[in-house]
Amino acid sequence: MSKKIWIVLQQRDGKIHKMAWEAVRAGQILAAEVGGTAEAVLLGSGLEEAASEVGQCSLAAVHVADDANLAEYTPGRFVRTLEAAINAAQPAYVLFPHTYQTVDFLGRLAQSLDAALVPEVVAFETVDGSVEWQRPILGGKMFAKVRAKGSGPVLVSLQSGAYSADEVEKGSAPIESLNLDYADMAADREILGVEEAAGGEVDLSQAPVIVSVGRGLGDEEKMPIMQDLADALGAELGASRPVIDSGWLPRDRQIGSSGQTVTPKLYVAAGISGAIQHLVGMKGSQVIVAINKDASAPIFNVADYGIVGDLHEVVPAVTAALKEASGD
Amino acid sequence: MRIAVCIKQVPDTEARLRLSGDGTWIDEEDLSFVINESDTYALEEALQIAERTDGEVVVFSLGPERVREALRKALALGAVRAVHLQDPAFLGGDGLTVGRALAGAIAAEGFDLVLTGSQSDDVGFGSIGSIIAGELGWPHAWLVMGVVLDEANHKVKVAREMEGGMNEISNLDLPAVLEVQAGLNKPRYASLKGIMQAKKKEISEPGPGDLGLAPEGLGESGAKIEVISVAFPETGKGAQMIEGDAETAAKTLVEKLQKEARIL
Ligand SMILES: Cc1cc2nc3c(=O)[nH]c(=O)nc-3n(C[C@H](O)[C@H](O)[C@H](O)COP(=O)(O)OP(=O)(O)OC[C@H]3O[C@@H](n4cnc5c(N)ncnc54)[C@H](O)[C@@H]3O)c2cc1C
Repeated sequence: MSKKIWIVLQQRDGKIHKMAWEAVRAGQILAAEVGGTAEAVLLGSGLEEAASEVGQCSLAAVHVADDANLAEYTPGRFVRTLEAAINAAQPAYVLFPHTYQTVDFLGRLAQSLDAALVPEVVAFETVDGSVEWQRPILGGKMFAKVRAKGSGPVLVSLQSGAYSADEVEKGSAPIESLNLDYADMAADREILGVEEAAGGEVDLSQAPVIVSVGRGLGDEEKMPIMQDLADALGAELGASRPVIDSGWLPRDRQIGSSGQTVTPKLYVAAGISGAIQHLVGMKGSQVIVAINKDASAPIFNVADYGIVGDLHEVVPAVTAALKEASGD
Repeated sequence: MRIAVCIKQVPDTEARLRLSGDGTWIDEEDLSFVINESDTYALEEALQIAERTDGEVVVFSLGPERVREALRKALALGAVRAVHLQDPAFLGGDGLTVGRALAGAIAAEGFDLVLTGSQSDDVGFGSIGSIIAGELGWPHAWLVMGVVLDEANHKVKVAREMEGGMNEISNLDLPAVLEVQAGLNKPRYASLKGIMQAKKKEISEPGPGDLGLAPEGLGESGAKIEVISVAFPETGKGAQMIEGDAETAAKTLVEKLQKEARIL
């Protein structure tokens, strides 16, 4: 029997999440590698248009759970829906985009299915018939290769950017409705609304130059050296999450998956290690400069120019060199 | 309120990493360990809730002998007792077995609330709290950035972080599991008095039998995944590295930004 590969897509108001398209591509590749079929799953309410959009991909089927009870995401209903559907269809692999929503419920789904759980995958390959999944560990400083053991479905979430949404193969897939008893499923969370976290004023997305500071600064008192560099470059100050969490800068300066996404002409990262949650917010920058005392910091893998050294020496030196070059 | 807090001990982010002999983890000898970052925020939130509600905090951790030091630290910060799951049957598993073991230890005592960090800085599954919640049959929320208790109605209002700087606000029924995101509060430092008191506080070490857990579902035998290998990323495809002392490197950088990248 050919193996089924399911891809559970995330959507909001019928709009498919970009990372869900990436997961579709990963599913198509996996299906080709293990000789299986890729099928999509959509959960929500009022999904007709979204389903027909997904139906234009090269997939064996689009399974749709379309019900008013699923209009809002709640872990209770999403887990029960997927649990019932997975138990009935027995897919070998179930792929998800590694979004915050997925992580919110994926452990719970694995627990209820007693299924193998492999979150935050960035690559995979098939070796002797078994799939080896690669995922970052230790803040992206290293990678682990893992595989599932025993039987049962393998639940995998795919990190942003690992596979390309642009390379999804087109085709045509039948749309099938998952007929489940949604009314019986408890929501387990009463959603009250959505609000802005930072309530901030600063929009970094338009800044042409950003000087970004990480935990490597060591001490809030040292912030003036970063401000001086920003001034010399006519730049805005940005930061990694720990700098914000420690209260050294306000939250509207945070760059990364839970902060702002920026694509300046020049991004200078000082004392930032380069964890994936930071990289997704800045890797689209045109030119990236990294200053870090650790030559093996992952930030150097996305940087164009790197200086290994103590930022307390290097940053003021760059400020001075800029002033000299501009004839001040 | 009785609050359970699950903490993990992880390598210090500044630690120099080397491969272990069998290539499936890092060499832990001479490595310094700390309490996982988001767990320190979970512990702080629990201590604050306990102070407000005249409650108490019990801290749980699964891991080898070295984990005792992290538990002592949590006791010094104000937890009243610690539970250390260090029986070999608990070790060498995956997220499912860790969550199962912690849930078993928590269920054995009875709590109103369980707090964990949102994600470990070493293995980073981000799933232990929701696995515990599944085992206990309680509601949960991941990436909690706001907690407002409504004890009278047995509810807790939480702000759950979403991508791009938005929070989802929702109500959960108590008891519940909250997976706390870093930045929720301002973790305290241990006082000298706290450190002295911690020496007298109890750290219990129940085994699977004491918790009524079948060893087959725990540790390596219960795990659904296994690590084949760990490795450092390929280097060399990355940045153009600029050499020299700070002053020379800075000058070269500015020159390159002007003449090569042409962005200044
Ligand atoms: C759900 C979730 C969402 C997240 N969202 C974000 C987000 O939006 N943005 C974000 O940034 N992070 C986010 N994070 C956190 C992220 O995983 C990392 O923990 C964080 O990016 C690390 O910040 P850092 O690089 O400043 O600190 P560290 O990883 O501690 O790195 C500090 C770096 O400074 C270097 N250093 C130290 N001293 C010096 C010195 N004197 N000179 C030069 N270099 C020095 C060190 O070598 C190290 O590389 C999120 C995490 C989770 C779980």
